[in-house]
Amino acid sequence: MNIFTRRRKELEAFKRAVLNRKREHQTAQIPDNLFEACPSCGKSYLQDKLQENLYVCPDCGFHIRIGARERISQLCDSFRETDKTFCVPDKDFPGYSEKLDKARDLTGLRDACVCGVAKIGEQRFMLCVMDSRFMMGSMGQTVGEKIVRTVEGAIRRHLPLVIFTTSGGARMQEGILSLIQMARTSAALEKLSEEQLPYISILTDPTTGGVSASFAMLADIILAEPGALIGFAGRRVIASTVREELPEDFQRAEFLLEKGFVDRIVDRRDLKDELGVLLSLHERRPLWT
Amino acid sequence: MDVTAENPSVSENPSGLREAERQIAELAEHQCRVGEGTPEWEDLETQIRKLRKAAFADLTPWDKVWLARHPSRPKAEDYIERLFPDLIELKGDRCFADDPALIGGVCEFDGRPVTVLAQAKGRSTAENIRRSFGMMHPEGYRKAMRLARQAEKFRRPVITLIDTSGAYPGKGAEERGQAQAIAECLKLFSGLKTPVIGIVLSEGGSGGALALSVCDHLAMLEHAVYSVLSPEGFASILWRDESRAEEAAGVMELTAQDLKKKGVIDSIIREPLGAHNDFNYVCSQIDEMLREQLAGLSRKKPSQLSADRLRRIRSWGIDSRRQRTEQE
Ligand SMILES: [Zn+2]
Repeated sequence: MNIFTRRRKELEAFKRAVLNRKREHQTAQIPDNLFEACPSCGKSYLQDKLQENLYVCPDCGFHIRIGARERISQLCDSFRETDKTFCVPDKDFPGYSEKLDKARDLTGLRDACVCGVAKIGEQRFMLCVMDSRFMMGSMGQTVGEKIVRTVEGAIRRHLPLVIFTTSGGARMQEGILSLIQMARTSAALEKLSEEQLPYISILTDPTTGGVSASFAMLADIILAEPGALIGFAGRRVIASTVREELPEDFQRAEFLLEKGFVDRIVDRRDLKDELGVLLSLHERRPLWT
Repeated sequence: MDVTAENPSVSENPSGLREAERQIAELAEHQCRVGEGTPEWEDLETQIRKLRKAAFADLTPWDKVWLARHPSRPKAEDYIERLFPDLIELKGDRCFADDPALIGGVCEFDGRPVTVLAQAKGRSTAENIRRSFGMMHPEGYRKAMRLARQAEKFRRPVITLIDTSGAYPGKGAEERGQAQAIAECLKLFSGLKTPVIGIVLSEGGSGGALALSVCDHLAMLEHAVYSVLSPEGFASILWRDESRAEEAAGVMELTAQDLKKKGVIDSIIREPLGAHNDFNYVCSQIDEMLREQLAGLSRKKPSQLSADRLRRIRSWGIDSRRQRTEQE
């Protein structure tokens, strides 16, 4: 594929994304899509009402999965995106570029995470938000490199780092090069530790595989959303290996809290305030003045 | 992953290698009957050598997967007996338990103390069950970290031997933080202020293998495989069909030659007829590689070692020609 056909393809993808967004907007007028049902209790709500409640079910408190852009608009008072167009060129694994096109159309993102410099109140920090709608938030070279760059951005600017994780694991289509992103992101965080800069991760539904076994679990403070699925191996794989009954809340945020692997479970509606307080507690200031 | 069936795919491999191995076994049996030293014996020996050479001349990726999991392929313990015969095993993570899937210890190598961390598949079914088929639990990764920190403290190099299909997927492993243990391992090794050399012996699978692969020099045996997931798992995730594992192996680029090209590994240990047929030759090459690397790395200051490794991991697997940012 030469540069012109690639450009054309990208332009077409962009147009499709714009059209889709328009279509979404239009269909929002139709009563059917005006309502959204809670995946947990099944109750229907007006879209507006759900959005106002940060996509937390007003009745049962279930935290509905949200995309990266929605998350950023809920959380940040200001946000300037970095590496917006960064993308490691598509690999030639059969069927992969079609899958990427589809995910790009669906989300309007280049890959499964959005990074940038964010502000809550007066607190500035580097932020990276993953998006599970983009090929299950899988981590390939683009996601890995963007996270490495965000960590390095935090070091360069002397800012704290906040990452919202959601991922099914490594991006299979990129093979071994997706696997080593686990090491690349972890090594970047080693440098962040050496600089004594704080890192807070918020594990959202689901955070599994290679992402859970790298940067998700390496934060100074690990928060989780209620009910989020968090673990290394898939439930099905475990069930077929051990042939033993798995508890109801197995690999849920509450289970990890009990086992000692997350610091706090925070309701999405309290998250902005709590994150603001935690960040302010980590501001650099002279000792004992 | 079924831990009760040993090497389930061995019997399903339809390749030329398997057929050749079957014929070789027959010839060898015949050889036993005619007795060593007779002209017929010599003749059979020549035939065997020819067959084997032809079979190994053109291995498919699936052949290599089969070979990497072959019961007669040397395991970590075989290498330890040969390369580190005086290893004093040190056990336990000081938290929960000792993980038999990882052998850790100290010994002298080339006139200096070293720490050895070896993923150990068993050499028999009973041993395999005891060692969870080389699949480590969180306590294994924590033992690795404990011994790595100890090596750093006493300024001795770390040598890791990698041979696992992946980290153990189980209830207890999840309860005790498999993900956190692997993540911490990756982070610790990236900044460790002592030389680390890794060798992929046979099978390198997923994060469970990667956790011991963060090093200054990563070598791999010629017919070993290393991949994001087993071909079976890969086929089941991507195509929802585990039986397409052979096809998966074909597209996964999991051979030492593929990984060298991608810059994921640094050197290849030759094994022209497979490590089980060439064990002496393979060991002598590993020995030589270790001496050479240790000599070079020992000249660096501890802070330089970790800085260089962090830089190395930063650019791991990045093709300089493709490094540019694509602009829209
Ligand atoms: Zn509900």
